[in-house]
Amino acid sequence: MPPETAITLVTREGLKPDRFRRDLETSAPRLVPLDTLENALASNGEIGVEIANTVKAEALLPHFDRLALIAIAFPAYGDGRGYSLAKQLRALGFTGTLRAVGPLIADQFHYALACGFDEIELPAANAARQPEPQWQAALAQRSLSYQRGYDQPGNILERRRARRGEG
Amino acid sequence: MYRYDEFDEAFVRERVAQFRDQVARRLDGSLAEDEFRPLRLKNGLYLQLHAYMLRVAIPYGTLRAAQLRQLARIAEEYDRGYGHITTRQNIQFNWPKLKDVPDILGLLADVEMHAIQTSGNCIRNVTADHFAGVAADEIEDPRPLAELIRQWSSAHPEFSYLPRKFKIAVTGAAEDRAAVRVHDIGIRIVRHPASGEVGYEILVGGGLGRTPMIAKVVREFLPKGDLLAYLEALMRVYNLEGRRDNKYKARVKILVHEIGIEEFRARVEAEFARLDGPSINADPAEQARIAAYFAAPAYENLLPESGTFEAARAANPDFAAFVEANTFPHRVPGYAALTISLKPIGGAPGDITADQMRVVADLAERYSFDEARATHIQNLVLPHVRKADLFAVWKALVAADLATANAGLITDIIACPGLDYCALATARSIPIAQAISTRFADPVRQREIGPLPIKISGCINACGHHHVGAIGILGLEKSGKESYQITLGGDPGEKAALGDILGPGLSADEVPDAIERIVARYLDTRESGESFSDAVRRLGPAAFKSALAKEVHDAA
Repeated sequence: MPPETAITLVTREGLKPDRFRRDLETSAPRLVPLDTLENALASNGEIGVEIANTVKAEALLPHFDRLALIAIAFPAYGDGRGYSLAKQLRALGFTGTLRAVGPLIADQFHYALACGFDEIELPAANAARQPEPQWQAALAQRSLSYQRGYDQPGNILERRRARRGEG
Repeated sequence: MYRYDEFDEAFVRERVAQFRDQVARRLDGSLAEDEFRPLRLKNGLYLQLHAYMLRVAIPYGTLRAAQLRQLARIAEEYDRGYGHITTRQNIQFNWPKLKDVPDILGLLADVEMHAIQTSGNCIRNVTADHFAGVAADEIEDPRPLAELIRQWSSAHPEFSYLPRKFKIAVTGAAEDRAAVRVHDIGIRIVRHPASGEVGYEILVGGGLGRTPMIAKVVREFLPKGDLLAYLEALMRVYNLEGRRDNKYKARVKILVHEIGIEEFRARVEAEFARLDGPSINADPAEQARIAAYFAAPAYENLLPESGTFEAARAANPDFAAFVEANTFPHRVPGYAALTISLKPIGGAPGDITADQMRVVADLAERYSFDEARATHIQNLVLPHVRKADLFAVWKALVAADLATANAGLITDIIACPGLDYCALATARSIPIAQAISTRFADPVRQREIGPLPIKISGCINACGHHHVGAIGILGLEKSGKESYQITLGGDPGEKAALGDILGPGLSADEVPDAIERIVARYLDTRESGESFSDAVRRLGPAAFKSALAKEVHDAA
């Protein structure tokens, strides 16, 4: 079996190598499926869990303090369940890393970050077609937003409130 | 009317720049067509049978003269000189070129308009009662609520990739002119029965399409200040639980139907209870800021009746007929709301030329406090016209071929674009509407028949709302031929009902005769003053079956 190709993650700060490995025989931090999570948590080392977007956020609540990473699958870029799941995990108090895994596009970067994701793991072909500058450019295109309670810049309601306060 | 502040303006400009970049990335191959498609749809751009179609949002149907003039300019410079008012109070241009669309969006932004979320699996343009602020039966103007939802739903980070499209309609009146019960969410402004406090009744799970359903009440009374947190909770439940395995079962109505309204309500309330309302909701000052834009215009103190108006009406039967059909009582004495019918006899329902847009712009500016409305019935409205000015307005409308006196009558037909434009259609709609309109052209006969909304869809997706037509017509394709199914007894209003299928499908040629027979049966059996819909409700659709029978016999 060929060695696992190093995965590159898209983050707010630019590209970043993946510290986590999906193979079991590694001393690196491990990313494991949900059904082996209990076993993995019994061992030492940093553990991340990879979940389908149908998993209930509450199911992971007991493990929050031991989980360094939760990776949520986006089976297709039009399947937006992961955004709500991320939002719920953050609302429940998860402070570790949240990763979106799947064929997202640069135009969704803003949304993913706003809902609480820290990083995007793209399939290699998608990453090749959409070079990193496009992700940062797409982010820069969105400096204003109307919704409160999301991690996004330029909240219009807050700005209006600030202006009223000044006026 | 709402006006953009610098933040709204900058937000829309950013969306224009973003779309320009998305088009460039599509053209250089960074974006695959599959990836670009949802992006263009979220800016209202469809690829239709013959060309791209751009659907421009008219939030809750409200327009200023400057906006109408800009739409006229776009129609002339980038289209074939006309636009089409849709059943979601929007306007569509049927012939723009992809490369021009960013420029068109720029022109729209110049007049505080956009095409954001007029398509795609996201929250669509919010619709409202087209007589908002006018109707006497209104608890409160629903437009500030609609505007708040427009802003909140724009580029929502969590709800932009929903299982399916999501439509919200709002009304503040007792009579439901916004069809809130056939929307994914319908919101009624209500008074709390005990405290008298004004708040919202929330309905969910209505919709048309291939599985039509009437919405159910999910929250009887929601305090106004809790709106956005409640919507966030409801949308989150739908985003997580709505079906994604089959696009025809992906609307929230299917989820509500499958788990039941009690379970759906419990899930929404549980999510809502977890949320920190004050960090999500718009504060009272923001609500008041929006509401201030919709303050009543500076009406004059007028007598309820106008002598000049009554004299003109007595002297001119055509004007009198127009007034009877196309005016709606205004809450302020001496004023009327006026429907400008976009249903000329034999015309394509909802089409309006650039010149006509300019005429309406001039009239709105001069006679209606610079305001016009688009209705989901595919007409326009001048909401605040002095009765004393009605005759002058009518004469101007006559000169522009805009004075058809048929609002609500049998020729005021809703029809989707159908197979003449639409990539989804299975049959033509516009020619059917034209044939019926021509058949019932006689204004005297139309008035004798009275209110009779006919709604035509060219496919099962039901953009023409046929399920809620007093007479509904659904165009299908059967073994290579167009076949039209007639339904009876539908109602989009507060007595919301879905029509019953009357019998086997008819050919296009047979439809006008079938309608004629149904109408004849109604005229024969109606009680004094009984409308078509009331007669169908009393007698049942089955009583009209035999009216169709001869057609079917002939067709066999």
